[in-house]
Amino acid sequence: MIALMLRQFVLVCLGLVMWLPRADAQEAVAQFTAPGATPASELTLRSTTDIAVLSPALQAFVTLYPGIRLNYEQWGSNALYADSLAACMGDTPAADAVFSSGVHQMVDLVNRFCAEPYLSDLTAGLPKARRWRDELWGITKEAAVVIYNTDLVPLDDAPRTRFDLLDLMRRKPATYSGKIATYDIEESGLGYLFAFMDSQQATTFGGLLEGFSRVDAVATCCSAEIISGVDSGQYLLAYNVLGSYLDFASFPRVGVIYPQDYTLFLSRAYMIPKTAENPQNAALLLDFLLSGPGQAILADSNLVQRDSADETGLEQSIQRYISIDPTLLVAMDRQRRLLFEDNWRTTFDRAGQP
Amino acid sequence: MTRTLRGGPRTLLARVMIGVLSLLALGGVVVAIATFEYGRSAARQSFDRLLVGAAQDIAESISISDGAPLVDLPVSAFSLLSLAADDRIFYAVHETDGSLLTGYAGFDLRGVAQQDLTQPAFFDGRMQQEPARFVTVARPFAERAYSGRIFVTVGQTLRARSALALDLTTRALMLTGAVGIVLLVSAFLVIRSAMRPLEGLTAELSRRDPYDLTPMSTGGPAEMAVMVQAMNRFMFRLDRQVGAMKNLISDTAHQLRTPVAAIRAQAELALEDDEDNRAQRLQRMVERTRSLGTLLDQMLSRALVIHRTENAAPTPVDLRDIALGVFESVEDDPDAQVQLSIGDQPVMVMADEISMGEAVKNMLANAVRHGVAPVVIGVSGEGAHSEIWVQDAGGGPPADVLTTMGRRFERSAASKGNSAGLGLSIVRAVTEAFDGQMHMGRVADGFRVTLTFPAGAEGGLV
Repeated sequence: MIALMLRQFVLVCLGLVMWLPRADAQEAVAQFTAPGATPASELTLRSTTDIAVLSPALQAFVTLYPGIRLNYEQWGSNALYADSLAACMGDTPAADAVFSSGVHQMVDLVNRFCAEPYLSDLTAGLPKARRWRDELWGITKEAAVVIYNTDLVPLDDAPRTRFDLLDLMRRKPATYSGKIATYDIEESGLGYLFAFMDSQQATTFGGLLEGFSRVDAVATCCSAEIISGVDSGQYLLAYNVLGSYLDFASFPRVGVIYPQDYTLFLSRAYMIPKTAENPQNAALLLDFLLSGPGQAILADSNLVQRDSADETGLEQSIQRYISIDPTLLVAMDRQRRLLFEDNWRTTFDRAGQP
Repeated sequence: MTRTLRGGPRTLLARVMIGVLSLLALGGVVVAIATFEYGRSAARQSFDRLLVGAAQDIAESISISDGAPLVDLPVSAFSLLSLAADDRIFYAVHETDGSLLTGYAGFDLRGVAQQDLTQPAFFDGRMQQEPARFVTVARPFAERAYSGRIFVTVGQTLRARSALALDLTTRALMLTGAVGIVLLVSAFLVIRSAMRPLEGLTAELSRRDPYDLTPMSTGGPAEMAVMVQAMNRFMFRLDRQVGAMKNLISDTAHQLRTPVAAIRAQAELALEDDEDNRAQRLQRMVERTRSLGTLLDQMLSRALVIHRTENAAPTPVDLRDIALGVFESVEDDPDAQVQLSIGDQPVMVMADEISMGEAVKNMLANAVRHGVAPVVIGVSGEGAHSEIWVQDAGGGPPADVLTTMGRRFERSAASKGNSAGLGLSIVRAVTEAFDGQMHMGRVADGFRVTLTFPAGAEGGLV
């Protein structure tokens, strides 16, 4: 076990070394091969997930299939969508598999006939909300949570629900002014998706926007930035942060709250493009990620939330999955998005950037 | 009861079952086509409603803001379309001038926009490679800031429709198939039970000894009873003819042996005897031979009569023709003093002319041989009866002879040795064959033998 972890660590380091700066939206690349193997075929995976988070699973995959060299490319979700669409039109070479947190974008790609169907016992075993047309599959289970700085926010202030958060912003606008962060939905596809789902789930969304406006909340781009900001005390509280990015070891002062009115769960979506060169390898990876060992590794990497009510205090009834189905196309609609972002921008412009 | 061996004729059951099966198969094909059509149209209707619902939902969400149309795309429209879970969705909202407001590009509105569009316009098309169904609805705006029609087009691939159509068709076909099988089995049982008597007959016939001519049992349905009765009649006739033939052969053997032996004995004696007696022997031989000739005549005549009465259908016969014919055949014989007594009206019966002639000839021969001249042949018709009779002037045979008369080979002492005793038996056979009666008795001026028959059709009229 230790040897395995060590090897993974070495490999991650190797991967880090191999990251090459590139001109386009591709953020980083890494190659995975089984130690000592001479792979005969390739598998190009384009994903929005941080390499470090996903590498244990990918390393386990190439160890299981030593004949495959896995080329990992890390992309921003909007860039990945644009790239996949271009590949679908035949303008650019396609990846063999696309794995993105921008689920609405993936649904749109499938709806545009860009995906290759695949069916196995494992994909068929997925719940209805986590697959569409046997062309798109939800691999992970990650919660959208509220985080706070445990040193600076008194326990009484830590909001259990969105209503608590609203009340807090109303009660202590001075304390939290400029100290609440959330994703900038114009920058982050994931942030937009969470906000869009919030707007559908409950009427509290309007109140939240109003509250954010009152306390001059900060809209920023990235998970890492938000988390480290909360840890350092730059922000006291952050709303709708993807729980899987939390590394408690590195950020000891960050507390997590699963909102008790409802908690959104995201399932990163996996797709095999129609123009993929190695779709059979992509299918192997898909089945591996959905298999028992694959899901265990993803759970270790925090990508699959374990179903334990003790840890999160979550009842089944308040878990809201972002269902992978065509209703997400509404989130992709140009006018709808413009309206939504207008509304958003009005809120945060009025707040003004610090 | 299945098909007999290769090349053999099919059983009736197999023929009928093949017929029933073909009918059911034909019906099944017709039902299948109808079912498939029904399933398709049912699926089309239900999913078309979803499409229109979604399109109208989107149309409702359009508002005019700052002089420009704004689509606040409703999630509910897509939830509606998501009821067809695995189908891809197309949507596009176009302005009056055809420019795309929101949604997917690449849809040519021109063909649709020319239509009236007070009703949703459906059309079939393709989404990438997949066949799809589309609907366009128009929402008219007449506001100060904006005037014109906005077109909402929604499309969806056909997976759910096809699945529903297939499901409906499969269910209906399974039901039809089950009913078909039940029908087939019932038809088999009914037909087999209807044919069971025929099987019984077949079995009885194949078990039957070819020499067995006894009647068969006439159970079973009416059609078969007719057949069995016809067969029984045929076998009865065959039986009678075989019997007659047996009689003829045994009679012939019995009757010919004695005269032939006598002739041979006379011939041998004539050879051995001296010259004086030879002429006498030859004379006896001639008498014997003549007697044998008469016997043969009678036997052949009887065989002829039996054959004719069995095989020739009765025809209308005028008894006067019979009487005249017989009279003419003996007219030139100087020994016979025969008179004819007929009227000028036809006396018709249904009979066979030749058999009847033979019978009357025998009656006449008897009268000439045993009776007292003059002998009269007469014919008379009285209402429903026609009679032909032969009368002589004598007193007739003694009473004890009368009782045995008419049996075969019964020769009285008066037979004078040159009769075979077949004469009256022939008469009796002919009489019975044509539903007649023979009557013998004394009349005012002699002894008369009368044959009475039912009057034939023409005779009755006259």
